Amino acid sequence: MSGSGLALFCEATVRTATPLALAALGETVAERSGVINLGAEGAIIGGAFGALVGASASGVAGGLVVGIASGALIGALFAMVVVWWRVDQIIAGTAISLLALGATGTLYRTMFGAGGAALSIPTLHPAPIPGLEAIPIVGVALFAQPVTTYALYAAAIIVWWWLRSTHSGLALRACGESPDAARGAGISVSRMRWGALIFAGSMGGLAGAVLVLAQAGTFADGMSAGRGFVAIAIVVLGGWHPLRVVAAAALFGAASALQTLLQTVAPGVPYQFFLALPYVVTIGAMARVSHRVSGRARAPDALGVSDAA
Amino acid sequence: MRAGPPLVIATGALATLVALFAVTGAAPLNALSVLWRGSLGSWYALTSGTLLRATPLMLAGLATAVAFRAGVMNIGVEGQLLAGATLAGALALTAPGLGLALLPLGLAAGVAGGALWSALPAVLKRRAGVLEAVTTLMLNAVALYLVGWLVRGPLQEPAHVYPQTAQIVSAARLPILVSGTRLHAGFAIALLLVLAAWWVFTYTSAGFQLRAVGANPRAARLTGGVNPDRVAFAAFLVSGGLAGLAGASEMQGVTYGLYESLSPGYGYTAIAVALLARLDPRAIVPSAVFFAALETGANALQRDAAVPAVVVKVVEALMILTTLAIGALQQRRARDRSGS
Repeated sequence: MSGSGLALFCEATVRTATPLALAALGETVAERSGVINLGAEGAIIGGAFGALVGASASGVAGGLVVGIASGALIGALFAMVVVWWRVDQIIAGTAISLLALGATGTLYRTMFGAGGAALSIPTLHPAPIPGLEAIPIVGVALFAQPVTTYALYAAAIIVWWWLRSTHSGLALRACGESPDAARGAGISVSRMRWGALIFAGSMGGLAGAVLVLAQAGTFADGMSAGRGFVAIAIVVLGGWHPLRVVAAAALFGAASALQTLLQTVAPGVPYQFFLALPYVVTIGAMARVSHRVSGRARAPDALGVSDAA
Repeated sequence: MRAGPPLVIATGALATLVALFAVTGAAPLNALSVLWRGSLGSWYALTSGTLLRATPLMLAGLATAVAFRAGVMNIGVEGQLLAGATLAGALALTAPGLGLALLPLGLAAGVAGGALWSALPAVLKRRAGVLEAVTTLMLNAVALYLVGWLVRGPLQEPAHVYPQTAQIVSAARLPILVSGTRLHAGFAIALLLVLAAWWVFTYTSAGFQLRAVGANPRAARLTGGVNPDRVAFAAFLVSGGLAGLAGASEMQGVTYGLYESLSPGYGYTAIAVALLARLDPRAIVPSAVFFAALETGANALQRDAAVPAVVVKVVEALMILTTLAIGALQQRRARDRSGS
């Protein structure tokens, strides 16, 4: 691969990884609070549709705001079902995603007609950071991206610091490890989980907005294309650690970028192999992670368990 | 897991659908009549539309119910269905000389393919306690990529133009059940299996163990002498096998070949089918027919009344959520009563 080919590959990796990493960061917080959020797929498609509506009404900023708000709304709906009503998280999440996919598809066709293809909305352009973008190979990839990618860098560090070093971050982790103990310490488990799920929804919504505003430039039915489920895999691969989760997202982004690259460079290699590879790696990682009872990378103890009290 | 009253929920679903018609700007009464005519209103629509579609939904719904009953969160029915269709298709395409034996062998390959696809998550759950919801979900994606590769590579049709396989030989195809329609023998097989599952659940020790483990694994171990891990493991494989059979039956009865969009999400609709049936095998028949009618009618709606077919997804999702929410509410009430 030539130098510029490598730079292109890195750029494609970061571009594809950005929405995945955003959604996965939100998912990390949800899972650290003890809730496995299969509604992430729904938040992404909701955010994508919200971004379309917002951007056609009032530009890119409107798209971002409405996208995030739509994701947050879906996160709140999921929280209502699993935190208040204590419905099984797995099934509720699947249903919320199904609901969002159906609702956005219905609204899209109703509001924008059956075709909708000619739609043009304002989009996000790369905002290169002078100096940093000149770094060979990775400069453009990391520092000539839309502002949403820089928001990701900031969010990763903030989430990492918040979970690790703040009192409320510790409280959130306690809810994921032992809700009973958390309650004993005076923490409101349901309030923490509500917050975590609204945050996860917002991040999913932002991820969807990035898809529309910074990548596709338009909306398509079901354009989330399983990214919410990929985000869940990424969280496992990243061992529930915010910074490692972002690195794991880059791996998924790289696999996807490699696929596009190989279709032109080596059409003989089945590209599906590269698309499937990250999933297989993740399953392997899950098997390894679960074996260690007290390793660094471990699922929160109360993950997926409805809170009894 | 408890579920709410099915008839109330089904009625609520229809009401929601009418409200959604209004949202999309279609005249509700006209849309309802299109939905009726497209799903149940004619002999052809009933047999070649609704009952045909109910066949994979019954099998996949049963697969979901068996798993959920044992407390196994298998949401990989979609992938297991594809794996079953793939193994059955690969067999029929590579060994067409087997003749009539291909019919049963294909179905058996479907069962094997589905069970195999559920084996990895089942083993990981039993050995290492890995969350099966996540592994099965990921294997759904892997199955889709596998089919995508096969129909563009080793199993692509001879002209190498379309991403699909050649058609399987007629000996491997499931016979038509009712002449003049598209309804195939897979429907009868699905009905028989539903009955068999009901009998196993109700009258056999295996069925009792399954229900005991799903209801309370600790109690099953302590007072029933049941090994919950082993029962859940077996239920997982049976669930995968049933899902695989759904795929083989669809391939050998409807599509006669493989392609990526072989299943329009049967594995996900199956969750709604199983929950509306309250995980009771007998109720899976009406539940599957109900959802098949909705989905078949929705296709007619999109064609004739310009209502997007995806409105049905909204209804399905709301049904899943309300079923579970009502069930959770009832459970809490029961607990409050016994507690006071």
